[in-house]
Amino acid sequence: MNTAAKEQSTVQKEQSMVLQKEMINANYEALATAHEDGKKISSTFVPGNLNELLMCFDFVRNLPEINALQAGMRKKSGGYIMEAERSGHSEDVCTYVKSDLGMMAKGQVGPNGMPLPTPDILLLSYTGCFTFMKWFELVRDQYDCETAMLHVPYQADGKITDNMRNFVVTQIKEQVIPALERVSGVKFDIDRLREYLKESAKAEEDLVWVLQSAKNRPSPIDAYFGGVYYCGPIFTAFRGSKATTDYYRALRAEVEARIRQGLGPVTPEGVLDEERIRLVVEGPPNWTHFRDFWKMFYDEGAVVVASSYTKVGGVYDFGFRHDPEHPIESLADYCLGCYTNHSLPARVNMLCNYMEEYSADGFLNNSIKSCNSFSAGQLLMLREIEERTGKPAGFIETDLVDPRYFSPANVKNRLESYFQMIEQKKARGDARTAA
Amino acid sequence: MKTFVGIDLGSTTTKAIVLDADETVLGRGITNSRSNYGIAAEVAKQEAFLDARFFLFRQLLKRLPALKNDLEEFLNNFEQDFRLEQYLEQLTELERICVKNCGDDRLGKDGAETRSLLAAVFRQLNDEAPGLYEPGSSRKSDFFRDIAGSQYSHASESHSQDSRISFESMLNVFDRSIIEVENRIGGGADEAKFMSALDRTCRRSNIFTALRDDLRAPLASVLATEFEETYVIGTGYGRATLPFSKEHIRSEILCHGLGAHIMHPKTATVLDIGGQDTKAIQVDPNGIVESFQMNDRCAAGCGRYLGYIADEMNLGLHELGPMAMKSTRKVRINSTCTVFAGAELRDRLSMGEKREDIVSGLHRAIILRAMSILSRSGGIRDQFTFTGGVAKNEAAVAVLKELARENYGEVQMNVNPDSIYTGALGAATFAQRVIVH
Repeated sequence: MNTAAKEQSTVQKEQSMVLQKEMINANYEALATAHEDGKKISSTFVPGNLNELLMCFDFVRNLPEINALQAGMRKKSGGYIMEAERSGHSEDVCTYVKSDLGMMAKGQVGPNGMPLPTPDILLLSYTGCFTFMKWFELVRDQYDCETAMLHVPYQADGKITDNMRNFVVTQIKEQVIPALERVSGVKFDIDRLREYLKESAKAEEDLVWVLQSAKNRPSPIDAYFGGVYYCGPIFTAFRGSKATTDYYRALRAEVEARIRQGLGPVTPEGVLDEERIRLVVEGPPNWTHFRDFWKMFYDEGAVVVASSYTKVGGVYDFGFRHDPEHPIESLADYCLGCYTNHSLPARVNMLCNYMEEYSADGFLNNSIKSCNSFSAGQLLMLREIEERTGKPAGFIETDLVDPRYFSPANVKNRLESYFQMIEQKKARGDARTAA
Repeated sequence: MKTFVGIDLGSTTTKAIVLDADETVLGRGITNSRSNYGIAAEVAKQEAFLDARFFLFRQLLKRLPALKNDLEEFLNNFEQDFRLEQYLEQLTELERICVKNCGDDRLGKDGAETRSLLAAVFRQLNDEAPGLYEPGSSRKSDFFRDIAGSQYSHASESHSQDSRISFESMLNVFDRSIIEVENRIGGGADEAKFMSALDRTCRRSNIFTALRDDLRAPLASVLATEFEETYVIGTGYGRATLPFSKEHIRSEILCHGLGAHIMHPKTATVLDIGGQDTKAIQVDPNGIVESFQMNDRCAAGCGRYLGYIADEMNLGLHELGPMAMKSTRKVRINSTCTVFAGAELRDRLSMGEKREDIVSGLHRAIILRAMSILSRSGGIRDQFTFTGGVAKNEAAVAVLKELARENYGEVQMNVNPDSIYTGALGAATFAQRVIVH
């Protein structure tokens, strides 16, 4: 057995992770054969995705960001990005975009090595990230297929007004649904949507329970490195399906068992023995060195108890659930409520609350080199959170899927310094308390 | 004697500090980091312990009334003479290795002639050595590699003119041999070197000659002192490669924060510009780090940048600051990219700019980058302590003072003459506190 294969076989995984992998693989297989099977393909983004609606038209769902992050984790994105740069996309452009465009230029083969056919419709629900719009403009040019555009107003004042909701609802009814009907040839059935939304709400309930389990000490989960797995199905092609409801039920049972046994999160090297530092993390993770990056945390006993990235595909922990009684309205509220659609003050409030509710020792910002929509204002947020909570804040810089932007020595150095700073402050606090 | 050691493994130099149980600095040691952090750490530590013996000797000599007025002169001479002894010992070793590397099996018929040329070169180096360590003399560097390299190069150049052996061949012999000498951990026999140095110093003046026996006794007592390495803490970029367990390692951020606090207790903001990173650190009144920012994975604008510039200009690193201070005109330079440093320099020279104005502009460029990192960390607060190798550069200090005042008003800026040891001091203090507190 070669070293890589050996490492692979010794990596510890939760049962739910295995389940999820099966779901993702099945979806890629469905995408690969969709056209032969007489099905249509939709392409859409994670934040504000209308998965249940797309399911009503029997679309096989493709999510370009997920392809990019999968390519990153499978060490393919570097080549794709260079391919995109060769065709004129500059170094500073979002690396999800470049990975996607590079993948297309290299023959449209998906992360699992199977073909990724041309989509039949691009559904752009534009939530908080202007790059999405430009991305689909480029993709449309390439695929020459129909595009349905859903404008989602930015929550500049930190709340969703009736006008905003109505604006989205009207678009869904008058533009998105007719376009989906036209492309798919399937008539819209609102009762079918209600059924899917019922499943979504059940899964959302369990997801929230799982994410909030991190309030325990020790936390049974890592809400960032584990969290990105946990939110995978619900953020992507699966929300609304029975399989997803089952997945979250199984995940919840796993986490419940860990709490009963007083166990910490499962890392690739097994259950974490000692939780020394509890963190709230803002910003996406790095995908190209995901396991190395995670190791830098668990080697130091650092556990992420809450993260904003696990809210980009939907913020559920403040009570929002998809509502079968008000299906279109709740789709609108879902889109409007995604994390990337929140204003900076709203993000600060949310993160400060997490710091308190999850009893975090520190706040860490992973700033993404090529993601302006996430990174703009992050230092301001960091200062504000530091001031309001009195807890130490740390700042590191990596990238989504460009392996050239991940400097392990530099990131490790900063993280170690930051963790030691937290422990030093904690020790001083403990000494004061004891005195 | 219980001692506490801090070692700061920087990308350019490795520094060590030895403290006693009362947090008094007994000794400081520095060496170039080479490509071997383990050896660099050991050499720096040995140097710090040697320095500690000088410190203890000084303390004893203060009690010697007959030396009262001449104490400083004596100690300066004595230290120079000791360094000379060290240098001579290393020269002997270098010659041995050079000769070994010129065996007939390697150089064939050129071997004998090369060895004869080496003998002449090393005779000259030995003859010139005392002049290098005359009181008041200045050297471009204190590292054996640099001093011996420069002397060897000059001597080889002149001797090879009348020889069949080329200058380049002689340099090759040096390059092959120097690493072996450099990576030798201590020559041992420190006691003999101290005593020989004492003899040399005593021969310098009648006063010292007369006091020779009075000086030998305290020196012997100092040399008999046994140092116990009670606790060692390593820090700096190479810390992970140290053969220390995790408890013996601290991040350089924490060490610089605490070190700056120990040097200047009212420090609130620390800027450290080292070889490959720039750190802005905010500390509380106890020297505990509150927040920090560093350059990202790119080392643009760090100390190494100045190193490249010095190389490009064929200057010693320490000559850059004084040159920049002669500037009369501001030249704006935007790039702090180390890779483009040479191109930037040549471009400006070709445009007719003066060297001192360009060098001054380069200093300003790196400090502007540091200002950006400072602002990200929360700005400059009173008092502001500047540390790291670049803090030894007067031009960098001058620009930083000016920009700090422009952006943050009047703040007291501390630049300690021993600022290069800040990280090591912090590490040693952590070591002392682990045991004593």
